[in-house]
Amino acid sequence: MTTRIDRRMAKLKTEGRPALVTYFMGGDPDYETSLSIMKALPKAGADVIEMGMPFSDPMADGPAIQAAGLRALKGGQTLVKTLKLASDFRAGDDETPIVLMGYYNPIYIYGVDRFLVDAKASGIDGLIVVDLPPEMDEELCIPALKAGINFIRLATPTTDDKRLPKVLQNTSGFVYYVSMTGITGAALAETGKVASAVKRIKGHTDLPVCVGFGVKTAEQARVIGANADGVVVGTAIVNAVANVLGPKGEKTADPAEAVATLVSGLAQGVRSARLAAAE
Amino acid sequence: MNKPATPNSFRTGPDEQGMFGIFGGRFVAETLMPLILDLEKNWNEVKNDPDFRAELTDLSTHYAGRPSKLYFAEGLTKHLRDVSSAKGLGGGAKVYFKREDLNHTGSHKINNCLGQILLAKRMGKKRIIAETGAGQHGVASATVAARFGFPCVVYMGATDVARQSPNVFRMKLLGAEVRPVTAGHGTLKDAMNEALRDWVTNVEDTYYLIGTAAGPHPYPELVRDFQSVIGTEARAQILEQEGRLPDTIIAAVGGGSNAIGMFHPFLDDRQVRIIGIEAGGRGLDGIEHCASMNAGSPGVLHGNRTYLLQNADGQIMDGHSISAGLDYPGVGPEHSWLRDSGRVEYVPILDDEALEAFKLTTRVEGIIPALESAHAIAHAVKIVPAMDKDQIVIVNLSGRGDKDVHTVASMLGMEI
Repeated sequence: MTTRIDRRMAKLKTEGRPALVTYFMGGDPDYETSLSIMKALPKAGADVIEMGMPFSDPMADGPAIQAAGLRALKGGQTLVKTLKLASDFRAGDDETPIVLMGYYNPIYIYGVDRFLVDAKASGIDGLIVVDLPPEMDEELCIPALKAGINFIRLATPTTDDKRLPKVLQNTSGFVYYVSMTGITGAALAETGKVASAVKRIKGHTDLPVCVGFGVKTAEQARVIGANADGVVVGTAIVNAVANVLGPKGEKTADPAEAVATLVSGLAQGVRSARLAAAE
Repeated sequence: MNKPATPNSFRTGPDEQGMFGIFGGRFVAETLMPLILDLEKNWNEVKNDPDFRAELTDLSTHYAGRPSKLYFAEGLTKHLRDVSSAKGLGGGAKVYFKREDLNHTGSHKINNCLGQILLAKRMGKKRIIAETGAGQHGVASATVAARFGFPCVVYMGATDVARQSPNVFRMKLLGAEVRPVTAGHGTLKDAMNEALRDWVTNVEDTYYLIGTAAGPHPYPELVRDFQSVIGTEARAQILEQEGRLPDTIIAAVGGGSNAIGMFHPFLDDRQVRIIGIEAGGRGLDGIEHCASMNAGSPGVLHGNRTYLLQNADGQIMDGHSISAGLDYPGVGPEHSWLRDSGRVEYVPILDDEALEAFKLTTRVEGIIPALESAHAIAHAVKIVPAMDKDQIVIVNLSGRGDKDVHTVASMLGMEI
């Protein structure tokens, strides 16, 4: 089985550049605005879209993504609507991979089997579920793989060589390397350390390795992208939305435009990554 | 829910995956998974290690004041017999209190903290973090951290910091840093999220001292084992004082550490009726309660699957209870399993009923119970008059109520 993720990653490999993976929060600050943000992402140069599923208790997220999730929930976002965002997006774009990222409970409550059917029908290609380590693979990972949806696992600095095979075992699409021990939006780890970690993981798998947590600028995207197969940016995008919202949540500028400006810059970063590496 | 088949023993859980039936497990981020596995490995090494047990017993005896007494609550028994007579029933069981309120730091929380601090020491950890709601676990954590020379950071919801200022001051005196959590609604579940965020950031040197029998495996098991001293003592004490087992035991359930500690040694005594009391708050019809097992549904939060208060989209709700210690929208996974297996009954007690029991116990026993414990007493007040005089009820008096006098005063419309 190949998914949109596999095809996109293969294509970028032939182009000789890393993927720009962009995270935004589904439903932040409201449904229509977030749909316009989603549509703006590939146009601005995003290669893969990660859509956050808001959750009341996001234990691995920093203040920016926590706040984005709360804005979305306040705006009436639900998992049903998050899936609808994907299918609305798919009406105009059947190529860009969509990965849902979040926590298990909303999926568990939705019902795993029903969720996988609906996610597939909505054009979802992959899942990142933070609180499902390989020890809990029977819950969602195995059923997702059977349903033809990639299950993208996080590998972290605490995942040593002994544990890596377990983490990689049922991973597909790509491996998401968490650059540091910490929450989303914290300071980026030393790039040298990240590069050697990526190399270490690549010694265990043929899957593309994308790096996230802490990448905020085009320059960081360029440096990280020199060694990784993809660079994930989340907090910076979510902040670009927050920055154009007033104290009562009113829009002071177009959030989609603010995100597009940021993503265009990041896209320049990843597109110059290998050039820089070759220098 | 499907009712699982009745097992031969209710005391064998969890399984190797940390599950109690469908409940429990290890629902944590990958960054924490190696830490959880390391904790499990260390826990398995010490749990039957005589040296570890001896050190814990010595501290429990000389530092915490164990064993706690099993006290015949004669005043309350007499009061409830009068109630029984007035109803023309002529009964009223004997009520005993397991006096966890007499422990050092004033509640059962010290039992768990002493056990875990010894574990942290063995693991070579350098720093302690903890979450707290009412502040009882925060105080107990700060206490053992002071005793063993660890720096300690306690996460506490900003709302709780405001309403539990004496405990905040206590923690600071003990040398702990109290970090108010403004995320979410600033209560216990937000404090727990923030403690997990700290742990995921400081993986090398930090020990997370969870305060209740919840969280990812092995926490529910190890907290239960450290708290089971309550039930083990109570069982031996009642056999010595009455020559037989009690008919009913009652304990309040927030996360459920005092209750599981009281219940676990009695689980295979099938003739003993076991009742856990949830916070019914202002009633189960609305959302102002914390009765996750009576009005919630199974879900996944804070590392385990258990009964939770949540909406149809799987978003966790904020509960309400007069008692900050019961103000948590989940419950330990073993309780969820005991509920579904039918071995333990879980019933709600309202704020008002707990408050009445608080006042009654203070008046007829000269004991000011914690509002958490007052929930358990309130249920005894309900059922004891209809029981026979030769029956025996043990209520776990999990903590003392000095911390609650401000809350009670404001409920009664007084200023102190």
